[in-house]
Amino acid sequence: MKAEARIGLILLLTPLLLWLSLLIVIPHIDMFLVSLRERVGVGEYRISPANYLTFLTEPLYLRTFARTAIMAMLATLITLLIAFPVSYYIAKMARGRTRSALFLLCLVPFWVSELVRTFGWMILLRETGLISTLLQWAGLADQPVEMLYNDAAIMVGLVYTSMLFMVVPLVTTLESLPDEVIEAGYDLGGTNVSVMREIVIPHATPGIVSGCIVVFMLSLGNYLTPTMLGGKDSLWFTELIYSQFIVRFNWELGAAFGFLLLLLSSLIVWGMLRLTGHTLERTMG
Amino acid sequence: MTLPDLECTGLTKRFGTATAVDAVSFDVPPGSFFSILGPSGCGKTTIMRVIAGFLDPDAGDILIRGRSILNTPPNKRPVNMVFQHLALFPMMTIAENIGYGLRRQGMAKAEIARKVDAALDRIGLPGIGARKIDELSGGQKQRVAIARCMVLEPDVLLLDEPLGALDLKLRERMKVELKEMQAAFDTTFVYITHDQSEALVMSDRIAVMNQGRFEQMGTGRELYYRPETAFVAGFVGDTNRWHGRIERVEGDALQLVTDSGLTLRGARHGRALSPGGRAEIFVRPEAIRLTRSAGELAHFDNRMSGRVTALLFNGAASRVLVQAGREEIEVNLPQSGEFADLARGAEVHIGWAGDQGNCFAGTP
Repeated sequence: MKAEARIGLILLLTPLLLWLSLLIVIPHIDMFLVSLRERVGVGEYRISPANYLTFLTEPLYLRTFARTAIMAMLATLITLLIAFPVSYYIAKMARGRTRSALFLLCLVPFWVSELVRTFGWMILLRETGLISTLLQWAGLADQPVEMLYNDAAIMVGLVYTSMLFMVVPLVTTLESLPDEVIEAGYDLGGTNVSVMREIVIPHATPGIVSGCIVVFMLSLGNYLTPTMLGGKDSLWFTELIYSQFIVRFNWELGAAFGFLLLLLSSLIVWGMLRLTGHTLERTMG
Repeated sequence: MTLPDLECTGLTKRFGTATAVDAVSFDVPPGSFFSILGPSGCGKTTIMRVIAGFLDPDAGDILIRGRSILNTPPNKRPVNMVFQHLALFPMMTIAENIGYGLRRQGMAKAEIARKVDAALDRIGLPGIGARKIDELSGGQKQRVAIARCMVLEPDVLLLDEPLGALDLKLRERMKVELKEMQAAFDTTFVYITHDQSEALVMSDRIAVMNQGRFEQMGTGRELYYRPETAFVAGFVGDTNRWHGRIERVEGDALQLVTDSGLTLRGARHGRALSPGGRAEIFVRPEAIRLTRSAGELAHFDNRMSGRVTALLFNGAASRVLVQAGREEIEVNLPQSGEFADLARGAEVHIGWAGDQGNCFAGTP
């Protein structure tokens, strides 16, 4: 009986362990080893921190790195600010069919591939696009307006792409807050602001934190949206990694960049958890 | 005359085409314990939510100490509510929970701490302020929920079936405790419940509610012994109930034949009932005398004999079911030892006075 249970456990865990080891652990170990190689001649390598030193001494790399981190954090913040009222409405104010319909509406864009969705934004924002034409027709602009290829366009794309990943955890945690508790807050003299601040937000914190972690990681590692909406000069860190690997064929530096990105996201997530006084187990469990 | 703490006049609330509360009027004198008793879905929670301000009435007025509060938002009303599931704030400590309303009033920190400590002393839980809500037992949570409202010194405290989630033993104790707390705080309590024993034990006055209307308002005693409607007679306390046709009316007394052919004497207590009409008669199990010899029942208007079909032992509230003719009658079983050896199938005699049979006009 005991042996059977153990075999069952092993069988159940096998896919997960295979996935983790083959796709995450082994490639990362290899990446790490590659990042520590320095090319000294044709087919000749030695171990050195040269790639990491290159990163630290080249201002463009450093600046792109910082810019990516700040933009991703900003995108997370904007997503949270937009998603919170939406989630609150879905979880606490909408009833029955309206609620499911609204929730479905949040999901609908994800039936289309991310590429097509991003093209949608391009159709709207480009020089000959819908908004530009509309502005000219209304007499608000006397020539075509280019709204693509700037930071605002990247931000719009990032927020749009990650909205669902913020709404889902928020709706789930807000739904678990009984209406009675909110009513008690008002009954005992609370105003809209104080009920929100002292009751709703503290209750929703686990959802806020987990939503923010997911959205931040997605934004930081996003390649498609910054490239398409931000153009060639969008200076997104994933683009640097891509160009090192594919364009420059400098796998060593690319691997080092990849590792730095991993380090950065881990560091910021850890900082976020520390700041809110949550542990990863509590947030995810 | 002192102003009532709470007065509702012609209160009406409709949801779509359904009328949840239908022109209900009542007043609650200061410092009294008022209960609204009714089956679930009768509209009692709606009344509560209208008074608390979570729903707007379609008609009628609510006055607290003579002033209308209809245009006052819930967070400004001098009324606080203890919710059905208590709705304590799980993200706060006990002291923070109790101090929440005081913080909203902008009271100084030291003053809040003093009042919270005083409230904790008062509910018999001193020194637990720093603990979390989920460390408390059901009864302790109950007391904290009441203290959280009472520190605000509301004119009226609303309680929405707060004992519903507790187990029986605790519920019995909390009934007494609530009554004591009400006396200690000297505040007007409005309590809603579907549990008649809660209402009967604690209340100064009770309103029995059915389908959006108040059927009868009075003390527990009045409701129990002098119900004014068939609904009240059937809802408050246990009772035997028969449908029948009236044969004779002599002053207040009358005689009727039940549908199963039993001839019974009852009283109409001033209600308009005439021979030939349909009626319902209610007789409480404890009004029926149980004996082994017919002779002891000579002075009762209703006498019959039958066989015991079931013994329902429940301590002091034990009953026997007696089959008399085609009817099964529920009779109180005295626990004085006289019937200790009573068994199923035993031949017994039962009887009761005619004025114990409350008669109401019945539906044909």
